[in-house]
Amino acid sequence: MSYISNTAAQREAMLKVCGKDSIEALFEGIPPSLRCGELDLPHARSEMELRGFLRDIAARNYSHLTNFMGGGFYDHFIPAAVDAIASRSEFYTAYTPYQPELSQGTLQAIYEYQTQICRLTDMEVANASLYDGGSALCEACQMALNATGRTRIVMDSGINPVYRTMVYTYTANLSIDFKEVAVVHGQSDRQHIVDELNGETAAVILQNPNFFGVIDDHSDIVSRCHERGILVIQSVYPVAMAVLKTPGEIGVDIVTGEGQSLGIPLAFGGPYLGFMATTRKLVRKMPGRLVGRTVDRNGDEAFVLTLQAREQHIRREKATSNICTNEALCALRAHAYLSLLGKHGLKEVARLCRAKAAYAAERLDAIRGVEVMRSNPTFNEFTVRLPIPAGDLIGILIEQDIAPGLPLGRFYKGMGDYLLVAVTEKRTKYEIGMLAEAVEAVLCR
Amino acid sequence: MPVVFRKCVPGRRGVTLPACDVSNDPAIPPEYRRGEDAELCELSELDVVRHFTELARRNFGVDSGFYPLGSCTMKYNPKILEEIARMPGFVDLHPFLPQLRYGGMLTQGALQVIYELERLLSEITGMAEFTVHPLAGAHGELTGMMIVAAYHRDRKNRKEDVLIPDEAHGTNPSSATLAGYRTRPVRTNRETGMLDTVELEKMAGPQTAAIMLTNPNTLGIFNSAIEKVVEIAHRHDALVYYDGANLNAVLGKFRPGDAGIDIVHVNLHKTFATPHGGGGPGAGPVGVQKRLAPFLPISRVVKRADNTYMLDYDCPKSIGYISPFYGNFLICLRAYAYILLLGAKGLVEVSENAVLNANFLMHSLKEDYELPYDRTCMHEFVLSAVRQAERGVHAVDIAKALIDEGLHPPTVYFPLIVKEALMIEPTEAESKETLEAFVAAMKRIAAEAGENPESFQDRPRTTPVCRPDETKAARELDVNAPVSRT
Repeated sequence: MSYISNTAAQREAMLKVCGKDSIEALFEGIPPSLRCGELDLPHARSEMELRGFLRDIAARNYSHLTNFMGGGFYDHFIPAAVDAIASRSEFYTAYTPYQPELSQGTLQAIYEYQTQICRLTDMEVANASLYDGGSALCEACQMALNATGRTRIVMDSGINPVYRTMVYTYTANLSIDFKEVAVVHGQSDRQHIVDELNGETAAVILQNPNFFGVIDDHSDIVSRCHERGILVIQSVYPVAMAVLKTPGEIGVDIVTGEGQSLGIPLAFGGPYLGFMATTRKLVRKMPGRLVGRTVDRNGDEAFVLTLQAREQHIRREKATSNICTNEALCALRAHAYLSLLGKHGLKEVARLCRAKAAYAAERLDAIRGVEVMRSNPTFNEFTVRLPIPAGDLIGILIEQDIAPGLPLGRFYKGMGDYLLVAVTEKRTKYEIGMLAEAVEAVLCR
Repeated sequence: MPVVFRKCVPGRRGVTLPACDVSNDPAIPPEYRRGEDAELCELSELDVVRHFTELARRNFGVDSGFYPLGSCTMKYNPKILEEIARMPGFVDLHPFLPQLRYGGMLTQGALQVIYELERLLSEITGMAEFTVHPLAGAHGELTGMMIVAAYHRDRKNRKEDVLIPDEAHGTNPSSATLAGYRTRPVRTNRETGMLDTVELEKMAGPQTAAIMLTNPNTLGIFNSAIEKVVEIAHRHDALVYYDGANLNAVLGKFRPGDAGIDIVHVNLHKTFATPHGGGGPGAGPVGVQKRLAPFLPISRVVKRADNTYMLDYDCPKSIGYISPFYGNFLICLRAYAYILLLGAKGLVEVSENAVLNANFLMHSLKEDYELPYDRTCMHEFVLSAVRQAERGVHAVDIAKALIDEGLHPPTVYFPLIVKEALMIEPTEAESKETLEAFVAAMKRIAAEAGENPESFQDRPRTTPVCRPDETKAARELDVNAPVSRT
């Protein structure tokens, strides 16, 4: 397959304009000793052949499982209109809106997306997107360190373990003193967190709901932090924000999260969407692109990239972040999703998730030997203790096309018998029943 | 056009969800509940679709017309790639599946795509190993700089500096800073347009951790002294990082690995035709020489003797987790498909036609605009509007005038070392007719700049807005539509 438009005759004519007698002559700047031979690659395929080839590869993936796995990444319903909107080539074949006159569509969409995130989290400003929820949390740490000039970060162990490992990777070459505080009964250990605060502490990182699905009101921790000039970073699940106490309500300084649940498919890990919101006070420390509303020379409303002096293409080594290309199309999807679901729809999704999760917990708890951990309220995900290693159960249920949850032993020491079960609006009562029956059959045979 | 929130009608809904089929409906305890509902939209599906269609009409993409945005490689994105990226076998795959027992066996197709793409990129660049984890070009740079740091830590080297040419992308110095290094700019030789190796020789020393190089550089010039750069770096046990932003110029012609480059990143959304998405998602896979492979991010896809694939998490020297899972998988999938479509010969043709198109434009325009580096260019070249600026018509004015010609402007004011820069990258797929239309427009604009320079002030005239007030935007920050205004 080739996507070249010019014919051989056209190329000849163009070479003449260039004063060259061959295409090869255009590459004379590369020293002969550095020229490579023919690449050893598979033969070219036609579009038709490629389609068949990749269909066969796709068929080797178990994408059809009835999914009770979450862990921060959820199998939510995506309205057809989201795909239709994101498939408009005016959006997806454009680039970063450097020329505002040709990019009012992208710019206004980002401005509206920023507004959606602000309204969902009750924060004052949100950026145009970051790569994913994990890198957004890493950027938030960086932001807090820069804003406070301090070096210590206290982190709740209820934060997604994937994100915790990412934070350590990102900050490995900077001198930062991390303190991880273990959860107690699946909930933030507030006394221990407060005890760890000192004059060098830049920020405390929390998550709501946390990795175990437990919901919390962190306002007490926030006030203790603010007394000492410490910033609070909270990583949140955006669907839950439709009903839970918001970061803005409790005075959180920086909010981050994974926007995958807002109309973006699971897709084996990406592309996803990192969102970030903060206060007006901290906006100049925020990483990433930002779109602002202004007027044009005729006084008409217009949208532009703003506060670019924070960014790498202006500030270079002094920039707030190195991010350039972000996740604009994923932000557009999230914006379309939130526009469609809207005020009532998102609450309804949250309610369905919670109701079905409660039903699943009830069914699983009724099985002999299975215990649902109930010390604190949960959102749509909960922890189950099994009488056998979670891996054994999963191995058997996969054969029945059920992914019953995540084995917590992969992330936390001593939790080999624990399973993290997630339920979204897509799971039916019938499917939940199938899960419970399959678990029962394994444990009681 | 009004923001979406102003179009809302109380009670209107865009999605109907299934009725709840369980009787449970646990209340959220009041202390955990939000005070007021979020003021989200109340719109029908039609309202939403019309709104976004109207937004789309106010946007310009590669499918809309010529988009010679230098350094960004706005090439055509084949439609089959979008179809493949919608196949349910890929789209509906949960990234935690490999965490389950024998979970790798549940995702053999996806692991095969990752493994084979890493092998293909290794062959194309001459590197030993690749990781697809970095989520964008700048993220690849950061990953690369973390590998530099891990390498020096492992060797107990004490290093402080990263040397970066002054023409480099701004992401280079900011990525090196995030990895804990101090950055120092190296001058570009004003005669050759290449990194000044005499200057580099003076600046490099035992404190040098790495040299970052973009080749061809942002002037569109291939640095023929690349082996000398590598030699200088290696003499001080510094590593050479190759910013592969411009790899699309040299496919099948030059491989950075062959020149002794230690680390490269590749922008899949540039060279391998994955769509730019209005500013992402992209992907920035990183390749390394054999001795740096142990430092690559966790996890690695390994092919077993029985031709099955597995994820290896046992990487004790690794820098760790740079992305939550396995990179931007659907972007990698598109790039994989693109390479399979083109094959070796097709990839060479990409570079040959990109370079030919750029040289054709350069030769056609060098009489009308200043050409600071008059030599055969690679996939892009930089003109300067200094002559027009003398009459008050600046690079930005030329850009705005091009918009009225139905064209997307080139990159302006970059690279920073060229005054009034117009950085032009036509890409391979564009036809001679399109290029000629661009030349004609640029010539008309140059003529008008001479005859009637005042006429540029109110351009563009054909777009919904004209020259938004950026100063006002920054001073009176309005980045979030207030609820009261809706």
